Amino acid sequence: MTDRELEIKAVRLRKRLLQLIHYAGAGHTGGDLSCLEILLVLYNRILRIDPANPRDPNRDRYVQSKGHSVEALYVVLADRGFFPEPELESLCKYKSRFIGHPTRKVPGIEMNTGALGHGLSISVGMALAAKMDNAPWRVFTLLGDGELAEGSNWEAAMAAAHYKLDNLVAIVDHNRLQITGPTRQVMCTEPLADKFAAFGWTVRAVDGHSIPALTEVLTQPPVPAKPTCVIADTVKGKGISFMENDPKWHHGVPNANELAAALAELDAAEARLLAGS
Amino acid sequence: MFSAAAQARLAQLGLQPGRPNLDEYSATLIELARADRNIVALTSDSRGSGKLWPFAHALPEQLIEVGVAEQNLVGIAAGLAACGKKPFATSPSCFLTARALEQIKNDVCYSDVPAVLVGISAGVSYGALGSTHHSLHDIAALRAIHNITIIVPADNFETREAVRAAARAQHPVFLRFGKAPMYNLHSPATRFEVGRAIMLRDGSDVAFIATGETVVHALLAAAELAERGLTARVLSMHTIKPLDTQAVLDAARRCRAIITVEEHSVHGGLGEACAAALIQAGVHVPMRIVGIPDEETVTGSQADVFRHYGISMEGLAETAETLISAI
Repeated sequence: MTDRELEIKAVRLRKRLLQLIHYAGAGHTGGDLSCLEILLVLYNRILRIDPANPRDPNRDRYVQSKGHSVEALYVVLADRGFFPEPELESLCKYKSRFIGHPTRKVPGIEMNTGALGHGLSISVGMALAAKMDNAPWRVFTLLGDGELAEGSNWEAAMAAAHYKLDNLVAIVDHNRLQITGPTRQVMCTEPLADKFAAFGWTVRAVDGHSIPALTEVLTQPPVPAKPTCVIADTVKGKGISFMENDPKWHHGVPNANELAAALAELDAAEARLLAGS
Repeated sequence: MFSAAAQARLAQLGLQPGRPNLDEYSATLIELARADRNIVALTSDSRGSGKLWPFAHALPEQLIEVGVAEQNLVGIAAGLAACGKKPFATSPSCFLTARALEQIKNDVCYSDVPAVLVGISAGVSYGALGSTHHSLHDIAALRAIHNITIIVPADNFETREAVRAAARAQHPVFLRFGKAPMYNLHSPATRFEVGRAIMLRDGSDVAFIATGETVVHALLAAAELAERGLTARVLSMHTIKPLDTQAVLDAARRCRAIITVEEHSVHGGLGEACAAALIQAGVHVPMRIVGIPDEETVTGSQADVFRHYGISMEGLAETAETLISAI
């Protein structure tokens, strides 16, 4: 799949996840929109996974520590064929397996997450399991920048370096906003790159909305004996003018008019991409 | 731990001293881990208190040290368990089940990975070190979390069997151990089954339903009561969850009164679990819950604390007599 095709897919999946959140009446819109390209690159270019065999013991593992951005994960998994896409219309409905945070009931999801500050420790455990077995598979996790105020992340960051887990990649969705407002004002986690470097990690920065840049950084081999942190600069609410950089869209749900306006913007963006291809 | 009178009863019953359940845990885990390289011990700077130095020396590749970081201990254990390993995350129960409760709830139980959580030096094992080091909440906290088996062995036999059962389990298990040497309570023919109480003695005036390191005291109290013409059933309720409800109901139907005994807060532990089972079955029987009351725990060794709160041969016999005499 070309960069352009993935870019078009990103626009289409943005439309779909906004529709799903609208139908469900619930969702974490802003963070979904900030991490979508990261997920698309992981699931289309990086992770060694087989939707027909989602429990293959030799698969790469992905743990979504920022579990609230589950709608983005669901649409990407559906697009890759882990389950029939129309099932997503049951999102958050009575007895649905598509809960408002990641659940192993859904094929392709490794762990139940949603409480913040859990995914990195779990990922360290997975990476240790691979090391103990001399297995080649790798572990990827997606962290929120607001989430990094949870102290458990730094326990895990220490352990990842201590055990030289070069089979572990932690991506930070660095959108600089959390539910209350700018992360710098709520509880400053900066300088993030320096913090991870001081904990013994290789740190790489990337434009978290650029398909080619994400592909390039995630295909770089790790520095031996060091875990890798990729700080992906993103925009919360990316792609919808009135949602970008506004914390009210952390878990804002678009009403019918807002959905129509958002879809119109995305239709225009898709038309531009198609015209350019 | 035992008064002179209680020591005489131990001799009379022919009970032989064993070792601390933690030592039995360590020895059993080494035996299992030698045969299965997927078994991994995790410690949070707790290999000494967990008696896991022998494991560390024998199987260094199967021991993971996380330092003083209980949340990370449990999160890492969950990740290992999700990838085919059988982790035994071993840490003082006071820290394991409080500091890392959210990891237990979400990463282990909700994600349903076959991790084993081993709460060591539980209850008031740390005695005079104070409430920071006591775990009188752990059973209550874990009982309210779906999808975890809770086992509190009373002696070395129950410990060995519980560790083996935990190693085979496909779902989360919590094992709770104290650090005092334990008397061997069971005959060689005894069968251990998770979720099934073991009857150590039968009688009809009172039933002691006890768990963990309190069971021996209940057994001694039963012998003491026999001298006074009262017969007592004694159950070792090693599995708190799932509770052997049938054994509780049978005891209530067969005996005139029930006394539960636990090294835990009287809130949310074995006693309240039994009371809920009885009331909901419509079985009404005089009952006392013996445990640590809802107050700042008295200072002292485990033996001092037990004696202070009536977890002793003398204390339990007196509680039984008082309860029965009022019927």
